[in-house]
Amino acid sequence: MTPSTSSAITLNINGEKHTLPVDHRTTLLDALRERLDLTGTKKGCDQGQCGACTVLIDGRRAVSCLQLAVAAEGREITTIEGVADGDRLHPVQQAFLDLDGYQCGYCTPGQICSALAVIEEHAAGWPSAVTADVRPEAGVPQLTAEEIRERMSGNLCRCGAYVSIVEAVARAAQVSAAEAAQGPSAGTEAAA
Amino acid sequence: MREFGYRRAVDVPGAVALLGADPEARFLGGGTNLVDLMKSGVERPALLVDVRELPLDRIEVTQDGGLRIGATVTNSDLAAHPEVRRRYPALAQAVLAGASGQLRNMATVGGNLLQRTRCGYFTDLAAPCNKRAPGSGCSAVEGEHHNHAILGASAHCVAVHPSDMGVALAAFDAVVSYETADGPGELPLDAFYLPVGDTPHRETALPPGALITAVTLPPAPVAALSRYRKVRERASYAFAIGSIAAALDVRDGVVHEVRLAFGAVASRPWRARTAERALTGGPVSADAFAAAADAELAAAEALPHNGYKVTLTRNLVVAVLTDLAEEAAR
Repeated sequence: MTPSTSSAITLNINGEKHTLPVDHRTTLLDALRERLDLTGTKKGCDQGQCGACTVLIDGRRAVSCLQLAVAAEGREITTIEGVADGDRLHPVQQAFLDLDGYQCGYCTPGQICSALAVIEEHAAGWPSAVTADVRPEAGVPQLTAEEIRERMSGNLCRCGAYVSIVEAVARAAQVSAAEAAQGPSAGTEAAA
Repeated sequence: MREFGYRRAVDVPGAVALLGADPEARFLGGGTNLVDLMKSGVERPALLVDVRELPLDRIEVTQDGGLRIGATVTNSDLAAHPEVRRRYPALAQAVLAGASGQLRNMATVGGNLLQRTRCGYFTDLAAPCNKRAPGSGCSAVEGEHHNHAILGASAHCVAVHPSDMGVALAAFDAVVSYETADGPGELPLDAFYLPVGDTPHRETALPPGALITAVTLPPAPVAALSRYRKVRERASYAFAIGSIAAALDVRDGVVHEVRLAFGAVASRPWRARTAERALTGGPVSADAFAAAADAELAAAEALPHNGYKVTLTRNLVVAVLTDLAEEAAR
């Protein structure tokens, strides 16, 4: 029996459910942009190499170009459209704005989604490839510029705005840490 | 891309049954390699069996003090796990050295072992490639091969295995567990990857339709002092042009135990047993490290444009063992 090559699926995106029929070949990226008019997520290389299409899936960053839409059913997807709290920008967005963490802006939604996750991953104690000692007894590394560059290396910026991007991620991480110290606030929900 | 069916498996027997013996069906894990290869037309499955929700996402300390890593554990969770970082730090380092944060969140341990080479001719449908189209020839032998194999290759294929994780697993004697319709089985990593010979399209010894369920690391106290070092053409987010996983136990000024495995030199993670034998029981010195590397690399066969890998790998052995010896002396 030949299996069906399409399915009706329900995607949970930014807290809203969307039911749509999809050809199984449809990536999450194409479903977002072409079917659901959520065009904030960008298509760069479409090969998982540039990070422009980064979204959060179940709270973790992922490249939506290599994620089949049908395989994303049942998972919580957060795109750049779901990051702000109404008109109030997320601290990561605000930091990119304040520090000019972009030039043309095409990679920015992916950079911001990735940065949200970098801050969470670091807060969770995850080491990186530049962490000198990965043993848990060594503790959590400081989120230095070197750590940020390594952790953000899956997001390319063709304009070369990296210097400002690193500063924006560092600033946002400081804001997040300060807010965490003061207890939960509305602005950090999307990053949870 | 060819149209395909999609099924989501909820348990291991169900996954194995869904795949059946259909040579046109594939298991889908994180999809970071498979979906990419489907886009380029290298892979043309008629059916995907999604195994990402199988209950194989745990890392457990075994009774004897090793680790059992479920096949659907993501690279991120593997590298972040305290017992991996404590007992096998080189494994955490190797995983962190690979891909990007996004891809590590998606990619699974089972999929990592089964990922395909990044040889450019393998993904270029217009080019002869024995791995993709058996009998068509190898474009790399006389073409672009600066990042191709120096060990264990053949005239039929000189592609390298791209995994960083696998190099550390090779150093630590990992055993791959799998399930088939006829029951479970296991393969030590040494026997998991097949020799290239004249069948480079046959990469592993897994039976047809087998699903990898776990990777088990036997206890290895030597691994507590271990390191992974990767050399690549940019500082981050690139495949290795050379890498090493090493562990060292020095007692009374003598090498009591040593583990060495190389990446980006062969069609498989390359366990350097000749070098290990040369070092064991011997002095802890740069000369001894270099001599052991030379013994291992005596079998190297460089192509016109990848001879640098012999020097690179030798230097990695000396540098990383020297670092570990200094750390051991502290």
